[in-house]
Amino acid sequence: MRLEAKNVSFRYDRKQPYVLENRSLAIEQGERVALFAPSGYGKTTLAMLLAGYLQPTAGEILLDGKPLPRKGVCPVQLICQHPETAINPRWRLKKVLEESGRLDETILRAFGIESAWLDRFPRELSGGELQRFCVARALMSGADFLICDEISTMLDVITQAQIWNVVLQEAERRNMGILAVTHNRHLAERISTRVIDLTKA
Amino acid sequence: MEQKHETLLEIHDLSVSFRMYDGALEQKELQVISDLHLTVRPGEIVAVAGSSGSGKSLLASAILGILPANATVRGHLHYKGRELTKELQTQLRGSEIALVPQSVAYLDPLMKVGKQADGHKKPRPTERRRSLFRRFSLPEKTENLYPFQLSGGMARRVLVSTALITEAELVIADEPTPGMSLDQALEALQMFREMADAGKAVILITHDIDLAFEFADRVAVFYAGTTVESAPAADFRNGPDALRHPYSKALWHALPQNSFRPIEGFQPYAGDLPQGCLFAPRCRYATEECRAKIPPVREIRGGEVRCFHAT
Repeated sequence: MRLEAKNVSFRYDRKQPYVLENRSLAIEQGERVALFAPSGYGKTTLAMLLAGYLQPTAGEILLDGKPLPRKGVCPVQLICQHPETAINPRWRLKKVLEESGRLDETILRAFGIESAWLDRFPRELSGGELQRFCVARALMSGADFLICDEISTMLDVITQAQIWNVVLQEAERRNMGILAVTHNRHLAERISTRVIDLTKA
Repeated sequence: MEQKHETLLEIHDLSVSFRMYDGALEQKELQVISDLHLTVRPGEIVAVAGSSGSGKSLLASAILGILPANATVRGHLHYKGRELTKELQTQLRGSEIALVPQSVAYLDPLMKVGKQADGHKKPRPTERRRSLFRRFSLPEKTENLYPFQLSGGMARRVLVSTALITEAELVIADEPTPGMSLDQALEALQMFREMADAGKAVILITHDIDLAFEFADRVAVFYAGTTVESAPAADFRNGPDALRHPYSKALWHALPQNSFRPIEGFQPYAGDLPQGCLFAPRCRYATEECRAKIPPVREIRGGEVRCFHAT
């Protein structure tokens, strides 16, 4: 299976300049790609397009040669930089996780998510703890591809290593494809099998 | 030259707690910072590293006096030898002490970024702001954009400019670099370095600790609301053997360019802190003593550490 952006362009409306123009890239299943580009280059926009959060103004996003399914859980899951903006603040965390399917004990244990946390509200947890929930939610959905948009830049390096080690193990076990947006070259070397530099693409 | 050795900011035994409702009528105190020490001298960049949710941003708010009304601050805060009272804080913030806020949501969404970077100063420091924007490679037209039209990294660079434009004596930069490319982050840190070299001071709160080690003079490591170690930045560049606290060593090891291996477990929740050393539940050297008592701050090899077993 392969996830592909084919000549995609995007702008917010017709009066605005293009955020992204005629970009193409492809990620194979089982591959882990790190994406580099200076700020303002449209990395986040590309991530949102690939996961179906935005529709391209021109071009297409293809999964296995077909457009992304419009119903059900999307097989391409996006994890955002700011976990507090990706979780319903009025839901207890158990409900947040159950949105993506049945609770998977192995994943919860791997992230060290304690059962006491499940009854709490998002504001009672730190950013690092919340990000574990976001990643766990994406993994439990059974996605084939994960788009990780700077998921660990706001976290301390120990939490960063904890989260990435679990993601890498799961990706290996299930042969998932990963696209990781990051500015950190050292992190990119650790987690990826291939690097794309948008300035050179 | 004598000024050089005076402290600019001195913090002793600082505690911050929040009064919260626990159930419908019961109230409880949630202690989020406890017995924290930090000293900043003119000419210095002091990096504050440590766990997410360890109270780093709250420290910034406590110094500036912008904590919410349900917060209680105890302890000693001194700026240039004067006690940092509410009145003094109001007088200093935005002029002598400036903040680079952590969230890009601090930008006014309805105001063009050029105008808001200029601030309230009269005459408007437009020329200085333009030169700052140029150094940050923000195109000239950026000044006429609204915050929603900026990418995360651009918004960060605007935020850093708003603080540098004030020409403050002390800048507290709360996570100034996420979203910036390496070049831009280095440029921002270089500007802080130049500020410090001109006799001012910077508190740099950051998770990009490898960059901080290069630019800072000293590093303070926070864990669960207190400082566990404060040491020259050179010790962090030299690696784990030069460090004193097991948590500082763990941070070093977890960097992707080192072993990328995390220690197990999590920072305790503020409402549920252990009785003794806050790090003891995750520490492989922890003994009965650690679990029973909070270790005092000790001076070891030119640094301060809060650990019974550090050598």
